Amino acid sequence: MTSFTKPDGTLSSLGRWLEQRTGVLSFFRSVIDESIPGGPRWAYVFGSGLLFLVATQFITGVALALYYVPSTNSAHTTVAYITKQVWSGSFIRSVHSYGSQMIVVVLFLHLAQTFLFGAFKGRREILWLSGVCLFLLMLGMAFTGYLLPWDQRAYFATAVGTNVMGEVPVVGVFLKRLLRGGDEMGTLTLSRFYVLHIIVIPFGIAAFIALHLFLFRKAGPAGPPEPVPRLSARPFYPRQFAMDAGFAGILMLILIALAHFAPVPLGPEVDRSSAAYIPRPEWYFLPLFQWLKYWAGSRAIIGIVVIPTIVFALFALVPFVDRGSERRPRRRLLSTSLFACVIGSLCLLGFLSRRDDRSDRNVSGQLAWQNEEERNYMRQPFEPTFTDVLASAKEPPSPLLLAGQGIFHTSQCVFCHGEGGVGTKAAPRLAGLASKLSVEQLSALIRHPNPKMKAGGMPAFAGSDEDLHTLIAYLQSLQ
Amino acid sequence: MFLDEVRVIELPCSTTGVFRDERETGRRSFLGLLAGVGAAAVAAVISLPFLRYMVYPLHEEASRGQWFDLGPLDQFASTAGPTRKLVNIQRLDGWQQTVSQQAVYVTHDAEGSLSVLSSVCPHLGCSVAWKPETAQFVCPCHGGCFAADGARVSGPPPTGMSVLPAKAEGARLMVSYSPVAGRSKVA
Repeated sequence: MTSFTKPDGTLSSLGRWLEQRTGVLSFFRSVIDESIPGGPRWAYVFGSGLLFLVATQFITGVALALYYVPSTNSAHTTVAYITKQVWSGSFIRSVHSYGSQMIVVVLFLHLAQTFLFGAFKGRREILWLSGVCLFLLMLGMAFTGYLLPWDQRAYFATAVGTNVMGEVPVVGVFLKRLLRGGDEMGTLTLSRFYVLHIIVIPFGIAAFIALHLFLFRKAGPAGPPEPVPRLSARPFYPRQFAMDAGFAGILMLILIALAHFAPVPLGPEVDRSSAAYIPRPEWYFLPLFQWLKYWAGSRAIIGIVVIPTIVFALFALVPFVDRGSERRPRRRLLSTSLFACVIGSLCLLGFLSRRDDRSDRNVSGQLAWQNEEERNYMRQPFEPTFTDVLASAKEPPSPLLLAGQGIFHTSQCVFCHGEGGVGTKAAPRLAGLASKLSVEQLSALIRHPNPKMKAGGMPAFAGSDEDLHTLIAYLQSLQ
Repeated sequence: MFLDEVRVIELPCSTTGVFRDERETGRRSFLGLLAGVGAAAVAAVISLPFLRYMVYPLHEEASRGQWFDLGPLDQFASTAGPTRKLVNIQRLDGWQQTVSQQAVYVTHDAEGSLSVLSSVCPHLGCSVAWKPETAQFVCPCHGGCFAADGARVSGPPPTGMSVLPAKAEGARLMVSYSPVAGRSKVA
């Protein structure tokens, strides 16, 4: 501002030039001089914190789009390329992923503050509704973004999510097919989700943020719930500004620390045939996920459609329902206790979901195995895909390898080591591993499993030496 | 004009009136400066990973020239004009290993010995084609013309066509092709 103003506070010639043409300086003044009834508070920092997080998502999202390709051939490879190969790629992807989760947290805090302070009262109904729209759009971002890496976790979570949508009466199946681009999830689903994630919903978010801020400035800050003297009002700048900036700084530090010390993993590419995979949604969808478990058969519609619609309608129409001029939470016991009930149920459902997973040994074992698979995949170096634009036909597998594959099946190796030796929770991955060992080492291990292998249930191979060599040739060919 | 002036002078007013206090004004501008410097410092630190992220592909190893077999030498001995040959170039293109085709021309230089020309125009990189009717290479983009031995005849190209490193191995003609050399000005 210094070059626009003189030391005595009046505008310099440059400042006047700009002001007369744009009005930007008086607008800026009116923003930083915004009068806050009762003075600045930490409770008011969540809105600007969200703005900061959305900006972060926008910037990291543009960076990710630099390398990402939304197709079933390339989606997983390009995310692996970003995560394993590109400098700072893992960091930027992690900031984007943690940022999306942090938005859910801060969005909740912003909502809770607005609700408990009764800050939606006083001709602020449309302001509240625009916030509700932003809430929905943010959930839409979380849902569409989750699919894009096209790993096991992403694929199955989205398969379940879109199937839930299919349960909605009358329009559900059509909506599900529209979103998927057909009955099955595939490359059309990816490009649809991508367009929603990077164009359609972001435009909506930008528009609604603009509306939200416009209406907020029109109504002015609500201030604390209890009546405060008129003279206690203070301007936004500098103290509220410092608090907002401090909060944004804290959010940024948390994001950087998480992304640096706990980078977000990428799982192996989706294997649609894997029957064992147990999908789990992101933690903030867990309560909803748990809720759906309790509604089976013909009653499902009540659980999936009716009750969520009622709860959501109550939430969206809060300013039309809680209409009194009283803002203190203790004097709005009905509103406050309903709010506490909803929050309590969500926490309880989330907790129950975790407890169910932990107490069922099969589930917890499989979930641990899935996490281990992700770590394994992350340890492997990035491998570029081979694209032969000359389209020379792939060589058919040799008779020796086909025979080896036959032995792999008839000797029942496949039941524990999986189709193509990809590994299951019962036995480790062989593909890529066998080619690192010599034929002698492999034949010794297969004929005479070591104690650790025996403990895992690995039998000694009883076939002929010729069959053994055929099997080893097959194992070493697996990648 | 006069009305504009009045409105501008009224700007620093505020509802609470605290800003008329001179000390407050000083503190405010100091805090503004602090916020500005802080934001700039944070932006500088944050933009580092982004810069690294964006320049990553520029640092990937350029694929070295590979040698390609163009066929038996005697195949080129009798030809009057240049012969077009395709080489299959393997390279790492971001996250994928690709094979793409590039055309080269086998021709005779002034002394009559074989030379291999890149079909990439030294002007702005279009693909140059041989026109038997005029016995010249013509670039379709900006009309650059080259003689049969690749020397510049007319048009905007600054030099003649690039001559690629070539050698005879046994009785076969080998050429070294790298995407970078194709565009460099080999006189």
